[in-house]
Amino acid sequence: MQRVVKVTNDYIAEAILQKFPESIRSIEESYATLDIVVAKEKIIEIITWFKTHEVLQFNFLTSLCGVHFPDKKDEELSVVYHMHSFINNIRLRIHVFLPISLPEIPTLTGVFAGANWMERETFEFYGVKFDGHPDLRIILNEESMTYHPLRKEYPLIDDSRTDKDDKYFGR
Amino acid sequence: MENKISEAPEMYVGEGYGLTRLDKVVGLARANSIWPLPFATSCCGIEFMATMAATYDLGRFGAERLSFSPRQADLLMVMGTIAKKMGPVLKQVYTQMAEPKWVIAVGACASSGGIFDTYSVLQGIDKVIPVDVYVPGCPPPPEAILDGILKIQELMKNESLGRRSSPEYLQLLEKYGID
Amino acid sequence: MTIQELIKMINISGGSSEHDHIMHGKEITEKEIKQYNFLNLGPTHPATHGIFQNVLKMDGEIIVDAEPTIGYIHRAFEKLAEHRPFYQIPTITDRLNYCSAPINNIGWHLTVEKLLKIETPKRVDYLRVIIMELARIADHIVCNSVIAVDTGALTGFLYVFQWREKIYEIYEQICGARLTTNIGRIGGFERDFSENVFLNINSFLKEFPKVLSEFEKLVMRNRIFMDRTIDVGKITPERALEYSFSGPNLRAAGVDYDVRVMSPYCSYEDFDFKIPVGTAGDSYDRFCVRQEEMWQSLSIIQQAVQNMPQGSYHADVPEFYLPPKEEVYGSMEGLIWHFKIVMGEIDVPKGQVYHSVEGGNGELGFYLVSDGGRQPYRLHFRRPSFIYYQAYPEMIVGSMLSDAILTMSSMNVIAGELDA
Repeated sequence: MQRVVKVTNDYIAEAILQKFPESIRSIEESYATLDIVVAKEKIIEIITWFKTHEVLQFNFLTSLCGVHFPDKKDEELSVVYHMHSFINNIRLRIHVFLPISLPEIPTLTGVFAGANWMERETFEFYGVKFDGHPDLRIILNEESMTYHPLRKEYPLIDDSRTDKDDKYFGR
Repeated sequence: MENKISEAPEMYVGEGYGLTRLDKVVGLARANSIWPLPFATSCCGIEFMATMAATYDLGRFGAERLSFSPRQADLLMVMGTIAKKMGPVLKQVYTQMAEPKWVIAVGACASSGGIFDTYSVLQGIDKVIPVDVYVPGCPPPPEAILDGILKIQELMKNESLGRRSSPEYLQLLEKYGID
Repeated sequence: MTIQELIKMINISGGSSEHDHIMHGKEITEKEIKQYNFLNLGPTHPATHGIFQNVLKMDGEIIVDAEPTIGYIHRAFEKLAEHRPFYQIPTITDRLNYCSAPINNIGWHLTVEKLLKIETPKRVDYLRVIIMELARIADHIVCNSVIAVDTGALTGFLYVFQWREKIYEIYEQICGARLTTNIGRIGGFERDFSENVFLNINSFLKEFPKVLSEFEKLVMRNRIFMDRTIDVGKITPERALEYSFSGPNLRAAGVDYDVRVMSPYCSYEDFDFKIPVGTAGDSYDRFCVRQEEMWQSLSIIQQAVQNMPQGSYHADVPEFYLPPKEEVYGSMEGLIWHFKIVMGEIDVPKGQVYHSVEGGNGELGFYLVSDGGRQPYRLHFRRPSFIYYQAYPEMIVGSMLSDAILTMSSMNVIAGELDA
């Protein structure tokens, strides 16, 4: 089958705006990659649409991670999805912002099996709860870990280190 | 190449016999047939592979036979970062080893936590088990690992027979909560 | 957690891992224990080449269910990266996939260069390609010789490891380190390659093919090896894509995805090389793909050495490239630039970039969020091992225990990369 459409960032932006006009918060391009901010309710639907779209075919979930912005009111946590279309060789970044008081988002494991551990990692690091995840447990640290270490308020070092004299380190 | 055998300990030699202390002979035997247990977790483990391979050949020092079972090992080589999650496992492996046993901490991470001054990393394995020799480096080159082995051999040669039941040693173990 | 609490925790759990009686977060029932055998493989099992724990539910020697537990060397790379200036992060990336550390270094430098919009001279690109392909060979040597060890052939391992030492020697002559090289800087290299380096590379190019083909003859058509690896640990291309596989493991399943071709970096478009692709997605195909990749890497290095452009070994970016020490000590300007870089007084643009390189194990990506500070605001590593190791239970269910070990070594899971 010969493809006639050359998929560019503009093409993707137009297509998604047409399909989900009310769920798209913003679209911009940085460093030749499209950044799309979407509402969390529609995230799974949008990613599924991208995956199954007959022209776009974003068939590869490159990565899934979280970011913490403590200063953004009610948008403290963000989940970032990187997708890649092998057919068109184009990448895409989707952001979802969540309030830290209710960090809940539907799980992507039904669409991409590989999202499983990435979501567990994001849950562990940032406390994002993925609704419907089959096994949402801490994955890297001990299971008795009580906080989410990558949130900005937690320090890099905990106090099990005894040999450091703070006055030599300017702390 | 001349087939070099290890030197005999100091002896009183007469016709057809030699007299020496028992601990010297035992030390000689221990030092030249170490069975190391490689507890390799990360980067240093790769350098240990290089140490075991043909170029550096740990076999030259009588430590060719790696013992993957702690029951039969007498040298625990901890190579790489020990995270807090790994701490209990390391301790269990140490307690499973039979006396006499020695421990060598290879690399900065095992010795002190190294560059990983973070919430998830144990800041040196001497927080949970006693250590005999520390090898610096991140990771140490095979020469340094060999040097550590030679240092361990020195310790083995010169250890008195009563050390493992001495009150000081028992106190040391008690400090770490090992019976 | 204070040190007393830590020691207490370690003493209480007393070593017996809590995962012994738990599978998928649930207690193993009496009935299951009567019906099946439960085997706790790891985390320090000698056959697993690193610290991976798997609780296996077995019916005789057949694996019915498996649950991997990871995180035994979780070192908090991502948190650590938020506390280190850009030029100190190569020390962290080195220790991700320590079998091919230079690829990680250069991947990180390329990410920063993308953020800062730095154009590197052609010579830098070619030198980087040489280093990265040498690292790929070093990585695949470990993986493939270890597969051979797991099928009972220690000879190959001892033999090819000598040539891994040769690669180390080349690294040593470039940067002074063997394994965790910390090679390169933002914008290029710290110094140019010496005559000796090129001599060594040329002699490596001349001698290694002989060794590699001997290793191949020893193993590849060996009856025992083939019986042990063919149809072991199979995965279909569809499932592999579902699981976001990349690198040799994905290519062995038959998908020709290679970052070097799809989104070329470092002037990879100048080189003529082939992407080996498997058909079955089993351990044997993974071995063959890696083997062929080594041949292709040799050819790429050959081309790079032959067509090495003249020019500078670093980009002309005094704001980010540390000046040579003579200038720092001898001139005011040099001292000022050095001070400014080290103290982080130079503004970096705000923004987010994602850049990926073809690492030893697959697509190694760096997602960098910069808020204009001297450290990354957030740095996420896309670690291929972490992503494809999820599929491990699916790949070993229904096979024998000994096949499970072989599958793991043929996937080349590197603990440092897995646990971050």
